[in-house]
Amino acid sequence: MKKHLLSIDDVTAGDIDALFETAAEMHDVQRRAVKKLPALRGRTVINLFFEDSTRTRSSFEIAGKWLSADVINLSAKGSSTSKGESLRDTVRTVTAMGIDGLVMRHSASGAAQQVSEWIDVPVINAGDGTHEHPTQALLDAYTLSRRLGPLEGRHVAIVGDLTHSRVFRSNVKSLTKLGARVTVVAPPTLMPSGIGTWSEEAGFETSYDLDAVLQGEHGTVDAVMMLRVQRERMSGGYFPSAREYTVGYGLTRDRLRCLAAGTPILHPGPMNRGLEISADAADAVDSVVLDQVSAGVAVRMAVLYHLLAGEDSQ
Amino acid sequence: MTSDPSQSDPAAAADDGRVVLDADDVSRALTRISHEILERNKGAADLLLLGLHTRGVPLARRIAERIEAVEGTPVAVGSLDVTMYRDDLRNHPTRAPHKTSLPPAGIDAKTVVLVDDVLYSGRTIRAALDALSDLGRPSAVRLAVLVDRGHRELPIRADHVGKNLPTARSEKVRVRLAETDGADAVLISGAGLTDGPGKDGLA
Repeated sequence: MKKHLLSIDDVTAGDIDALFETAAEMHDVQRRAVKKLPALRGRTVINLFFEDSTRTRSSFEIAGKWLSADVINLSAKGSSTSKGESLRDTVRTVTAMGIDGLVMRHSASGAAQQVSEWIDVPVINAGDGTHEHPTQALLDAYTLSRRLGPLEGRHVAIVGDLTHSRVFRSNVKSLTKLGARVTVVAPPTLMPSGIGTWSEEAGFETSYDLDAVLQGEHGTVDAVMMLRVQRERMSGGYFPSAREYTVGYGLTRDRLRCLAAGTPILHPGPMNRGLEISADAADAVDSVVLDQVSAGVAVRMAVLYHLLAGEDSQ
Repeated sequence: MTSDPSQSDPAAAADDGRVVLDADDVSRALTRISHEILERNKGAADLLLLGLHTRGVPLARRIAERIEAVEGTPVAVGSLDVTMYRDDLRNHPTRAPHKTSLPPAGIDAKTVVLVDDVLYSGRTIRAALDALSDLGRPSAVRLAVLVDRGHRELPIRADHVGKNLPTARSEKVRVRLAETDGADAVLISGAGLTDGPGKDGLA
């Protein structure tokens, strides 16, 4: 495995298998009375979050702690960044304290990549702008494979705000890497520019018509991943109204009926209930939203273990 | 690689060294260990055989079968992976841990017999004892090994030994089992070499 996890491009299908195998064991640890393994004893991990996050940050924190690492959370609010310190100075300062790993989220695409060139310790990208969120994609694929078995040949529909979604970018890469078929669905305004060339090269399909996709126009759908409408990244004008978005692209009660029983419904969270996903879908028996959260801890434990526990990690 | 037993016997043995225990010897040793465990435990009550990956797992199963044959009651078997507990974790590239599986009743108040193929430095057993303490509180922990080759680096000893095998550190002891390697045998190779700074801690 490579030193850093900045993008799904950094892991091979073989690496993903090893991560999933490890995550399955970590999942068992979650059910024990003593949820602790000594693999990262004496190591220190910093969660450096320049952007709001609840589940990713706490999930990394729990993952690190269950592996016995010392985990420190730093958020941009209340740190020297708000006093005008540059990103480079901030990360070099925390690294100089003697940390062994850096988990980082930043609103700028490529920030994690840039930081990995400045410091010596493994960097794990916990989301950089609209670029990538590799651990989210790994936990999504892990959740799916627990439900569906091997993902080879399975068909996953990814629906929603593609333009602003790092989750979608990482997921397309990981799912195709594992041999799954992907169809992405979005209104034209939220379809990233240049996706035509990209989809041809990467081998996934695109559509503007959610109903047609759910009804099997691109092949039977084995799983649906709904993306959050990221209002905080929008300056308006992507769709006329929330209601109109829901009518065209929300997973409503009616659309839920198009899905075969046992089709997992994923959402990376936080959910905008009533916008991209109806309460019926969010709470359906096939909704795996909470499985994704618990898989998140297991997969992040696996990532921290493989990046920080062995040789070459100092 | 084939798992055909007829192939891995004489030809492969010549490559991998001298056979010190053949399939019959292994079988006899396991039968004796099974009886020793029963005698020591005064029966099969509250017994849990916990095999250490990789080859301790099939060995634990075989001992359980023998105990069942004698006592007529099933014996709990599990497997334990100690990867995350190793003290040399940082000296190797990481690998995915194997499956740790315990019976639903857990290990609390059980007599746990750890089963491994080779006892060498004792570091694996140290790791296993640490792992056990995270999993519960057994009433007693014992150790059964097929081969004890000496060179302990920690104050650890086995309660049940299939064969004491005095070795030099430079020698290599290999245990082959039908389940993992196609046939049962214990081989020793590298004899005659000087007692150099061999690779420690990997038994």
